[in-house]
Amino acid sequence: MKPRFTTALLLLPAAAWFVAMLVLPLIVVFVFSFGERGPAGGYVPAFSFDNFLNLGARWTAFKNTMVLAPIGTIACLFIAYPLAYFLAIRASAKWRTMLLILVIVPFWTSILIRSYAWIFLLGGKGLPSLIAALGLGHIQLINTPFAVLVGIVYGYLPLMVFPIYVSLERLDKRLLEAASDLGAPPLNTFLTVTLPLSMPGVATGCMLVFILLMGEFLIPAMLGGGKVFFVGNALVDLFVQSRNWAFGSAVAVALVLVMLVTVTAYMRFTRRWSGGRDDISLM
Amino acid sequence: MGEQNDPIAELRNASKHYGDVIAADNVSLTIHRGEFLSFLGPSGCGKTTALRMLAGFEVPTSGDVLLDGQRVNDLPPYRRPINMVFQHYALFPHLSVFDNIAYGLRQQRPRLPKAQIARAVDKALETVRLPNYGKRRIHEMSGGQQQRVALARAIVNEPKLLLLDEPMAALDKKLRRDMQIELQTLQRQLGITFVLVTHDQEEALSMSDRICVMQGGKIVQIGSPRALYDNPSTRYVADFVGKTNFFEGMVTATGDSCQIRVAGFNLSANAPRALAIGQTASLCLRPEQIALQRNPSSEDRITIPVTIAARIFLGEHTEYLVKNADLGAFLVLVPRQAEAVEGGFEPGQMAQASWRDGVGLILGND
Repeated sequence: MKPRFTTALLLLPAAAWFVAMLVLPLIVVFVFSFGERGPAGGYVPAFSFDNFLNLGARWTAFKNTMVLAPIGTIACLFIAYPLAYFLAIRASAKWRTMLLILVIVPFWTSILIRSYAWIFLLGGKGLPSLIAALGLGHIQLINTPFAVLVGIVYGYLPLMVFPIYVSLERLDKRLLEAASDLGAPPLNTFLTVTLPLSMPGVATGCMLVFILLMGEFLIPAMLGGGKVFFVGNALVDLFVQSRNWAFGSAVAVALVLVMLVTVTAYMRFTRRWSGGRDDISLM
Repeated sequence: MGEQNDPIAELRNASKHYGDVIAADNVSLTIHRGEFLSFLGPSGCGKTTALRMLAGFEVPTSGDVLLDGQRVNDLPPYRRPINMVFQHYALFPHLSVFDNIAYGLRQQRPRLPKAQIARAVDKALETVRLPNYGKRRIHEMSGGQQQRVALARAIVNEPKLLLLDEPMAALDKKLRRDMQIELQTLQRQLGITFVLVTHDQEEALSMSDRICVMQGGKIVQIGSPRALYDNPSTRYVADFVGKTNFFEGMVTATGDSCQIRVAGFNLSANAPRALAIGQTASLCLRPEQIALQRNPSSEDRITIPVTIAARIFLGEHTEYLVKNADLGAFLVLVPRQAEAVEGGFEPGQMAQASWRDGVGLILGND
């Protein structure tokens, strides 16, 4: 067999999967978005822009997503970086593996069950009652943007920790010695060597978390209690409850467009800000 | 050459333990201002630990590190006026050549003016013969060029001590020779004290004012290259510095001229360290102290019949591995001129190896 033929053969399953599971559904969604809701729900072929003109009705979902996804990403970054730094640079080899496993352990249970735990923790009988018992007043935690943010950080932290951990782990530790040797105190060494060289991990982690957050629906549904909802929740609502597939498709197309614009802008930004370095990979 | 009574740095009974492992064992050494000192030894002999104690990366478990008479044990590396050229250069991959070299200057407080930094970097680049390379990225530079950048990054800070950790290990042989000469010239020109760590005896011999031979975390001998070559104090030093033949035997007489009995031959030579009659010791003969002829010489020489086992042509001289039934195999170095007179020898031929009785050294087996 010719090598090129072998290559094609090996790539076939992935290509088939990509076409069947991604390209075709996208085309379907795109076509549906110009259609109409059938009398009993579903989709009736048509060609109108009404669905798109009507997008304003779901503005809150878009607003929540566009605000909480970036904030959640940044919150994840600020919590994940010190953790990844500790694991990669400070922790002894003996502890490192065990601590890394601890980072993944939550994945062994479904996010649904873990969200229920958070409902309890943040609900009336959880943290707020403890705070009240301490005489610090009554506060509402569950069904607030804060609760959704807590859920986001909790759920997505490992996705941020690992890319940063890998880039810090790969960092040549002799460079840190070199910086110190050249007169840089620890903070300067961190700012001028460690941080810039871990940027590929930071960029990858942020991208991963941000893209997945844009499509998130479970965490807002559980911890936002219908008050703080994302575009994902609007989609579930439109496709499953009100069975307005055409409008749902329009919302989905809009989300894809928003994502495309944001991610492109982000890539442009990171590229410029890394000085056009080719050793920074984004994904 | 360093002034003998002008110490710039000192290790005073410095030891470094890692658990049960003793990396440096009671190391005491004075480094003179302006000298080129080398730590020489195989890997694990403690030379790198000694260097890292000077740099501040290792704090001695016991003993002191002194710089200009001040105890600096607790001074972190970034507070020591010492710079290092790392083994694999450890250049910052995300910075340009210019920014790499400017790194140390930019750490100085109060801050230096930008123009002054730029001037100093350009001068350093010229010193290492890389002018106009400032804008390059590190990965665009060859191994030899990277080494020059590492050197420039260190010397631009005008350190009191420049430490070099096997800086030539990654270079090919030709480039290494060039770099050795260049380093030596640079050291004279800058007047900075250089401390080099190497396992390459040739490198240490050709570059240093003084060599400090280490073994098992301890200093075995310190001296000029010539002193170490001519008067090694132990068999280990004789073996490590230059090529040496060892003829092992039993000491039969001590005194001004020590005598040793090796496989039926009574051989005499000086013994730098006291030996006892009856103990095992070796006569150490450099390959160039032995001559090779076709016929036994009439002179008053020790002559041994040998068979040529192998011939290695080295240009200006030829090295022969010869064998004698009683003494075993040993090396003889024949200079070009001598070979021109005697004619070359072919492997398998018989010849006479000889040396003047009394040359060489008798050293105990340590």
